[in-house]
Amino acid sequence: MSTIIKLENIVKRFYEGQENELEILHGISLEVEEGEFVAIVGPSGSGKSTLMNMIGVLDRPTSGTYILDGINVGDADDSELSEIRNQKIGFVFQTYNLISKTNAQKNIELPMLYSGTDRNTRVKRAKELLELVEMGDRAKHLPEELSGGQKQRVAIARAMANDPAIILADEPTGALDSKTGRLVMDLFHKLNKEKHKTIVLITHSNELASETDRIISIKDGNIVDIKEGKKVKNENTNISNENTGNNENNENNVNNNIIETLNNDNLENETTKQNEEIIKEINVKIDDSTTDESENDEKNEESSNNQNNENGE
Amino acid sequence: MLLWENIVLAINSLLSNKMRALLTMLGIIIGIGSVIAIITVGDSLTLSVSENMQSMGANDVYVMVQRKSEEEEESNIDGVKFGSFNSSEGMTEDDYLTEDMIKEMCNKFKDDIYAVNLQYSAGQSQIEFGKNTANVNVSGVTAGYFITNEISLVSGRMFSGEEFSEGKNAIIVSDKLVNKLFDGDNRKALGSILEVNVNNQVSAYSIIGIYEYQQKYAMGMALGSGDNVTTDLYMPLKAALSLTHSKNAYPYAQIITKVGVNSDELAERIKNFYAPYYRNNRVAEVNAITMSSMVTMLTDMLSTITLAISIVAGIALVVGGIGVMNIMLVSITERTREIGTRKALGAKNSSIRTQFIVEAMIICLIGGIFGVILGVGGGIIASHLLGYPAKPSVSGIFISLLFSMSIGVFFGYYPANKAAKMNPIDALRYE
Ligand SMILES: Nc1ncnc2c1ncn2[C@@H]1O[C@H](COP(=O)(O)OP(=O)(O)O)[C@@H](O)[C@H]1O
Ligand SMILES: [Mg+2]
Repeated sequence: MSTIIKLENIVKRFYEGQENELEILHGISLEVEEGEFVAIVGPSGSGKSTLMNMIGVLDRPTSGTYILDGINVGDADDSELSEIRNQKIGFVFQTYNLISKTNAQKNIELPMLYSGTDRNTRVKRAKELLELVEMGDRAKHLPEELSGGQKQRVAIARAMANDPAIILADEPTGALDSKTGRLVMDLFHKLNKEKHKTIVLITHSNELASETDRIISIKDGNIVDIKEGKKVKNENTNISNENTGNNENNENNVNNNIIETLNNDNLENETTKQNEEIIKEINVKIDDSTTDESENDEKNEESSNNQNNENGE
Repeated sequence: MLLWENIVLAINSLLSNKMRALLTMLGIIIGIGSVIAIITVGDSLTLSVSENMQSMGANDVYVMVQRKSEEEEESNIDGVKFGSFNSSEGMTEDDYLTEDMIKEMCNKFKDDIYAVNLQYSAGQSQIEFGKNTANVNVSGVTAGYFITNEISLVSGRMFSGEEFSEGKNAIIVSDKLVNKLFDGDNRKALGSILEVNVNNQVSAYSIIGIYEYQQKYAMGMALGSGDNVTTDLYMPLKAALSLTHSKNAYPYAQIITKVGVNSDELAERIKNFYAPYYRNNRVAEVNAITMSSMVTMLTDMLSTITLAISIVAGIALVVGGIGVMNIMLVSITERTREIGTRKALGAKNSSIRTQFIVEAMIICLIGGIFGVILGVGGGIIASHLLGYPAKPSVSGIFISLLFSMSIGVFFGYYPANKAAKMNPIDALRYE
């Protein structure tokens, strides 16, 4: 398996050079293998979507390099980025973002329109995808005529239109009840297993995250934890609700899991930009093959912290 | 992205907000509508006039006695006084052209003049016959009148030489009048006696002939249309003159020129020829004009009106264009998320730009189409009111539609470019 997403030391600042400059990502390094199903978890405002936007080349990092499927994205111009989004990436949003007044089939055809696919192929492919997401009978329905879950399935079909290597889903079940969320999640599993799509999923649900291959925890713009998913799926249900949400604890958890230790450049950035708490946090890059059961127990505590934080919002 | 998809998209977007779209189009509709209306009226007018020139003779010179103008009037264009036919106020028959004066002119310009027709309008009259009535212009004519004006009889006969020379009470009426008074029965009409009231003086005339009515124009103005039209009732010139005159004098003469004569130049010379006769006349002078100079004057007037309306229409179009720009800016703001989504799906800036330019173009095109419908309709109505056959200009319509589309492109470019340059993240995060 080859690496399809390779982020190195990605820093993202908003309002750069202005008084209200904000550093949201503090030097993220992350690799995702082809065909991997990765979940990103973390409290709201921690920079998950910002990271996702980098991965989806919707935005450019302030510094750091990003190699997507062997292409150094930093060298690409806007038009090339559009092409990369069109060909390599399928986006799924929390708010579905279907184009209104445009029926399900036409929505699915959109990425193919932008890639210049001919009409017959477009229609054929859109119908196939509608079948894939079990929405075959809703081709001519407008978004406003569909339920949330149905909209999300159309959106997933649309993300698949140009057969992209990567599906990026930013809280795709966030606006759905747990039952329809389940259906949508099953669909992602199906795409991952049957269509071999690399999937990066942002979720607030620990249950859903735990079903993936790897769970990446983000806090305040840093990766604070990476662990394997499926192995902890059952243990997750038993975790105590102990509140260990202070930074010392987090730091310990993270330290226990360190395989490759910190990034010095990153620390320098942090000292100037961030408060004391964040300085203590560490950016980690973990080879997930080395995680074991004992470490997982501690990580679960961290997961539950995240869950508590999210519930509070 | 394919043009067709963009057009469908634009139409869908308009349909989803019909009232707003209509209000936005209003400026375009009014602008294009007024341009098309004026072009339609203008074209039909010009066409009618030039068609009419054939029948009235573009090279004929019209000599008329008219009121002396103290100074050059404002309506004086190219030495022609518009509407001067009716300005006989204050003139008496002593001021009119005598037979001698006309003969002298004929001698002086015998190389140029082919024939002279004399005509005298005695006035309007309403004729009653049984329960029916008809309106006529009572016109005294000479023999050449029927030939030069291409009036053909459908029944009966022409005036005889004796009737002309003695001014007998014989009349030739239009088939329209026969329709009205005699239910179209020509045989019943011929020989019937009509009582005609001109200047409160009633005389009896017998119908000897019936001519085929043709839509006629004097000075480019239609005399009417339909069955209630006022038609000419012809009688020998002398008979008409005797209604109002005591001696043989003519306010008006139609000169048919010989082939190859420059009638504009001849008109000028005739005017100069008569100038000494009227030097000491306080009220009247002689003017000589040609049909072509009348047409020139008319088209000049028309182009002035066209220019004025075009300026108004142009302002309406600019205002309309700004309205389109405004609504496009609103639409783009409303659809910021959509733009972000499209970019996430791989739309290039150029695709977004094209999408919104096409939308602005479609708004303007549809506005233009409504404007054309309104303009052609208004033009036809106006032409009918003026009594012309309407001739909507195909090229005018085509150009107007192209023009309205270019307004769309021009005023749509800025908003479309704004949309195209949106940062995808900011667009997606827009609330
Ligand atoms: N385009 C942007 N401009 C300014 N601030 C931004 C922008 N995008 C994100 N942020 C800020 O970055 C922080 C992280 O946001 P985000 O990545 O959306 O968090 P998450 O998805 O984890 O909830 C937030 O404080 C947010 O206000
Ligand atoms: Mg988010």
